[in-house]
Amino acid sequence: MIDLKETIAALAPEAEFVKAEGKPLEVILPSSAVHDAMKKFRDDKDLLFDFLVCLSGMDWGDSLGVVYHLFSLKYRTYLVVKTIAPDREKPQLYSVADIWATANMNEREVFDFFGIRFINHPDMRRLFLRNDFVGFPLRKDYDMSEENNPLVMSNEESDDMTPVLVTNEKGEVEEKQKVLFEDSEYVVNIGPQHPATHGVLHFRTSLEGEIIKKVDVHCGYIHRGIEKMAESLTYPQILGYTDRLDYLSAHQNRHAVCMCVEEALGLEIPDRVKYIRTIMDELSRLQSHFLFYSCLCMDMGALTPFFYGFRDREKILDLFEETTGGRLIQNYNVIGGVMADIHPDFVAGVKKFIKYLPPMLKEYHDVFTGNVIATQRLKGVGVLSKENAISYGVTGPSGRASGVSCDIRKLAPYGVYDKVDFKEIIYTEGDSFARYMVRMDEILESLHILEQLIDNIPAGDYAVKTKPIIRLPEGSFFKMVEAGRGAFGVYIESKGDKTPYRLKFRSSCLPLVSVVDLLASGAKIADLIAIGGTLDYVVPDIDR
Amino acid sequence: MFDFAVVTQWVDTLLRSFLPDQAALLVEFLLVGLCLLTAYALIALALIYGERKICAWFQCRLGPNRVGPYGLIQPVADMIKMLIKELIDMNHSDKFLFRVAPFIVIISSVLAFGCIPFAKGLEILDFNVGIFFLLAVSSIGIVGILLAGWSSNNKFSLIGAMRSGAQMISYELSIGLTILTMVVLSGSMQLSTIVESQANGWFIFTGHIPAFIAFVIYMIAGTAETNRGPFDLPEADSELTAGYHTEYSGIQFGFFYLAEYLNMFVVAAVATTLFWGGWMPLHIPGFDNFNMIMDYIPSLFWFIGKVAVMIFIIMWFKWTFPRLRIDQLLRLEWKYLLPINLINLMLMVLIVVFGLHF
Repeated sequence: MIDLKETIAALAPEAEFVKAEGKPLEVILPSSAVHDAMKKFRDDKDLLFDFLVCLSGMDWGDSLGVVYHLFSLKYRTYLVVKTIAPDREKPQLYSVADIWATANMNEREVFDFFGIRFINHPDMRRLFLRNDFVGFPLRKDYDMSEENNPLVMSNEESDDMTPVLVTNEKGEVEEKQKVLFEDSEYVVNIGPQHPATHGVLHFRTSLEGEIIKKVDVHCGYIHRGIEKMAESLTYPQILGYTDRLDYLSAHQNRHAVCMCVEEALGLEIPDRVKYIRTIMDELSRLQSHFLFYSCLCMDMGALTPFFYGFRDREKILDLFEETTGGRLIQNYNVIGGVMADIHPDFVAGVKKFIKYLPPMLKEYHDVFTGNVIATQRLKGVGVLSKENAISYGVTGPSGRASGVSCDIRKLAPYGVYDKVDFKEIIYTEGDSFARYMVRMDEILESLHILEQLIDNIPAGDYAVKTKPIIRLPEGSFFKMVEAGRGAFGVYIESKGDKTPYRLKFRSSCLPLVSVVDLLASGAKIADLIAIGGTLDYVVPDIDR
Repeated sequence: MFDFAVVTQWVDTLLRSFLPDQAALLVEFLLVGLCLLTAYALIALALIYGERKICAWFQCRLGPNRVGPYGLIQPVADMIKMLIKELIDMNHSDKFLFRVAPFIVIISSVLAFGCIPFAKGLEILDFNVGIFFLLAVSSIGIVGILLAGWSSNNKFSLIGAMRSGAQMISYELSIGLTILTMVVLSGSMQLSTIVESQANGWFIFTGHIPAFIAFVIYMIAGTAETNRGPFDLPEADSELTAGYHTEYSGIQFGFFYLAEYLNMFVVAAVATTLFWGGWMPLHIPGFDNFNMIMDYIPSLFWFIGKVAVMIFIIMWFKWTFPRLRIDQLLRLEWKYLLPINLINLMLMVLIVVFGLHF
């Protein structure tokens, strides 16, 4: 095991180190050194920080900056890099989009919320907010009065040009306009109201006959500013919003926030809670994958399997309802435990379901997987290579279909995942069919996990007592879980108040939607539907 | 077997007994037209109800069951709703073509519907090149679909219409060739003669191998021709929302909807007529008593029963298979069905020349 600190100090002599006990190494880099140092961090064979987990914009009051969470898939180490933009009035930083492609979307988000412009970024438009939005809302000095941003009743014009900042030969930064769509291009708007986008997502698709030349993703139609709202909410209040991000992984999202807060507080969680949370996580994953199957089949034009998937999903929702009272959104995890103990029939219900499912799965495969049309529509369509999957930060089933071992349950076990035996499903093809098969196989693995846990739920409390007002100690905290469609992370920066100073969600779906252009260019319209269906993004998680 | 010519003749003589010839003819035209349109509407309603129930059963659902007993009145209620809905004009659309398009589609469908021999003596359009006429009029519908897509001023509609054009023109070939195969076997292009010549065994049995191949290809091409799943690309709802009829509302949409269902009926009816003996009861040469008993079942029932089975098969396709992609669809036609079809036609000619059929 190499010494991380020494290696980094050798690669980037400008680095300042912040070391806190039991937390990943934190490095502060001056803005001019970030780009080169990051490239070294990624390429150095002892570090191999190939995965940019999270890129969060920050406003530290007197300065703006960015926090990068890096992860090495090989060595399984974290590194937190902080950098401060030199000028608060006209903040500019060097883009890392050429090092990790996932930074493209994330840096646009930072520009949108903090106004930090990234030099050499290919496309410096706003990501979520309207183009005519005034100000940058996550800055601490943002004026929230209505006169500043009155309710606009006119349509937003889609831009065909995008401003970019580039460095010229002399090393000076100059502003240019980049063309997104030529006037002569045949641009079709797929979405925001479209059955195949699974929510209000907008693809501006340039077509040549049936062939897609380019896809421009336009997000933000259901941006609710949850991160901004969280800054004025107490921690138990924030929990309510996490369920509404990726509503199909409601339980896992909440689990992430609870664990992050619990770790920050140093709370010891009873085993019973860990078991219950893990079981609920897996049930959530199952219902999410059933919905994936249903919707994919419907998108592909097979309407009957859609109902098969929903029939079985209902059974899980019934189990949820019995214990938590909620079906889609369970509101079950609380800081220190769960809201209520499991229902007396819960164990029997889950066991019944474990018995019930395998014959149904066979039905699924009979009607869709083996179908010659289905395989032809999915195989070889939208191939995402392993390198691209890592660079774009694609995790979850879609990443594993490209051969990336990115299951947080294995990389950094939480709950009781370290006590159960399960396989990480990995396919190497990276095409739509592999993405489909990963999920179908994961259904079996989830059943296997449930089988091991359901009989062994230990007795004990279902929650520990917490103080009525929860204040997190000063510092920054990051926690990830494996949600239904990828790694879902929570980054909390606390100043010791009962509300977070900054809270950022690492969306599992934003990387998924950022690869759509890559996968769909050159494919047919129908392939875009197959690609979108197998990537299985959930729009509220993208927009937050 | 009951011959419907008795009824029609009786009406004819009755009318001529108190009307001049020309007037009697005019009244007859009107009566026939009325009956045809009524049958058209009723069959469409029955098909819509049937499709809903059948797909519901496939999908572990109940289907319509609230309006009337077993939900029987549901399609009627839907029809009334569709009739009273507002017709919406699009800005910057070609208003004339936009309004004409649904009529072209439905006229083509009604004309094709009129060619079908429903029962013994119950044919409306029946002449020596009947099958030619059927092919010709059923192809007019594509013009309506292209116009609808073009005039809507909507990119989705246009893509849908273009897909539809490519698809229908391609699959028309297969339909034409399979029909030609069966014409070779029957030696006639008149639909009534084709049915009559199946008195000693339906063509699917007498024509054995090539007839069966032709039947399979016909069913595939027929499904594609009616734009139904798995070939429903022109209106692929998950890709193009509703394809060429995205911008239509009210009865204009209703026309497209009706025409789609009736085209399915026409395809099933032609399959029945060409391969399964039309209204001809099941006859096995040599089993005279059996044949006589079969003759007691009215020919109309035979026809409707067979058509229902064909329609069920088409619906079964639709509710089981995912949708093809446009290049796969065209590849299936041009690379597989067309060559097989040509060879099959050759085979049929050889079989007929050497008298190898039953």
